Amino acid sequence: MRLCAIDLACHRGGRDVFAGLNFSIASGQALTVTGRNGAGKSSLLRSIIGLVRIAGGRLVLEGGDPELTIAEQAHYLGHQDALKPALSVAENLRFWAAFLGAKTVDTHACLDAVGLADLADLPAAYLSAGQRRRLSIARLGAVKRPIWLLDEPASTLDVSAQQQLAELMRTHLDASGLILAATHGPIGLADAQELRLDDIAPVGVVDEERDGRSESSIPVSAAAIGRATHTSAAPSQPDGDQVRS
Amino acid sequence: MNPLGALLVRDMRLSIRVGGGALMGVLFFLVVVTLVPFAVGPDLALLKKIGPAILWLAALLASLLALDRLFATDHEDGSLDLLLMSRTPLELVVAVKGVAHWLTTGLPLIVAAPLIGLLLNLDPLAEGTLALTLLVGTPALTFIGLIGAAIAVALRRGGLLLAIIVLPLTVPVLIFGVAAANAAIVGPVPFGTPFTILCALTLASLVIGPFAAAAALRQEME
Repeated sequence: MRLCAIDLACHRGGRDVFAGLNFSIASGQALTVTGRNGAGKSSLLRSIIGLVRIAGGRLVLEGGDPELTIAEQAHYLGHQDALKPALSVAENLRFWAAFLGAKTVDTHACLDAVGLADLADLPAAYLSAGQRRRLSIARLGAVKRPIWLLDEPASTLDVSAQQQLAELMRTHLDASGLILAATHGPIGLADAQELRLDDIAPVGVVDEERDGRSESSIPVSAAAIGRATHTSAAPSQPDGDQVRS
Repeated sequence: MNPLGALLVRDMRLSIRVGGGALMGVLFFLVVVTLVPFAVGPDLALLKKIGPAILWLAALLASLLALDRLFATDHEDGSLDLLLMSRTPLELVVAVKGVAHWLTTGLPLIVAAPLIGLLLNLDPLAEGTLALTLLVGTPALTFIGLIGAAIAVALRRGGLLLAIIVLPLTVPVLIFGVAAANAAIVGPVPFGTPFTILCALTLASLVIGPFAAAAALRQEME
């Protein structure tokens, strides 16, 4: 499986967030998206799953399930934790597991993986910010999805939870998953490639400048891992690929 | 459990537990109906005449109460993002949320209506008929309300806008609901005619509501 962005552009609130963005990640690879505040990290993740409209360019998923969209094969861990305070920890997890399509779910094991097994019956209203984040991370383990889109997953997490998260991500990569993580600091994936949004298109850039720029935007420090070599060239598209444009 | 079943159970749990609107709706209904005899005075004939209209108005307002939080809470805590990117069609997701809302706010009103009807001097036949029109008509109120709830989702104080958008759309339901109830109680119009139109309005809103609300949600998120 390979997720490619070709000349991707995003336009929000009357300004260009980024333009001419190219990247390509294959199964078993992770890409961290970095950049200053407002550089468009969250917008990039949200545009991949269709929550933000793409202003230009294309997203291509090779080798995925042709019946499903990219969003339907992805986990999205946003800034908000998508938890209901009135439901218990286990009820929150069970709901998302069932809603996201898991046939059965071992709630205890999933909560244990993020260190919340003892709090299963506690209403989520009593959780701290870090515990809420842990609980939403438990969702990633409960339902199998090949693409993980994580928006600052390690914020609010303590050291041990960051290690548990890194462990979950490595397990996911070993199972041929792929990860796109927006982050400000290291998230425990030493061999991840990096996509620096600051280099792509500065804030407030006008359209003419953007067009000139879009040629030269090459993403990533080419620390390629896994089987596929990283390239920013447009990939070939066999039949059955999904394209969002 | 399948995704839609899980969503139904979650939404019903949420509205029954702390902060939910289920019991609140019935109490509001009771308070509004109780106020009317105080305002109108102890004229039993008059109360009997306007009784169905009062109960219908109160039911309309009560079903609006919890509507503005229907999508807004999911929007605020990020759940709506996950609902939008789900494998289940958004129209069905919206419809299931509507069903959960009706089961927790509409259905209790119908159960309470015959008891509350005593305050308005309604006889058992009238109460039965009225409950029947509410049973058929309140789903229409909920499903029309879905559209307003979806449009007002991103607004901080969407409740007022919701009422302004939704109330005019519910006028036909109100007219035929009250007409059917009155037809059975005082005549001379046969009960069947307005009741059938009320059924049609509900069926149409069951179809249009989820599609319009899903379209509004998609538009708003982008």
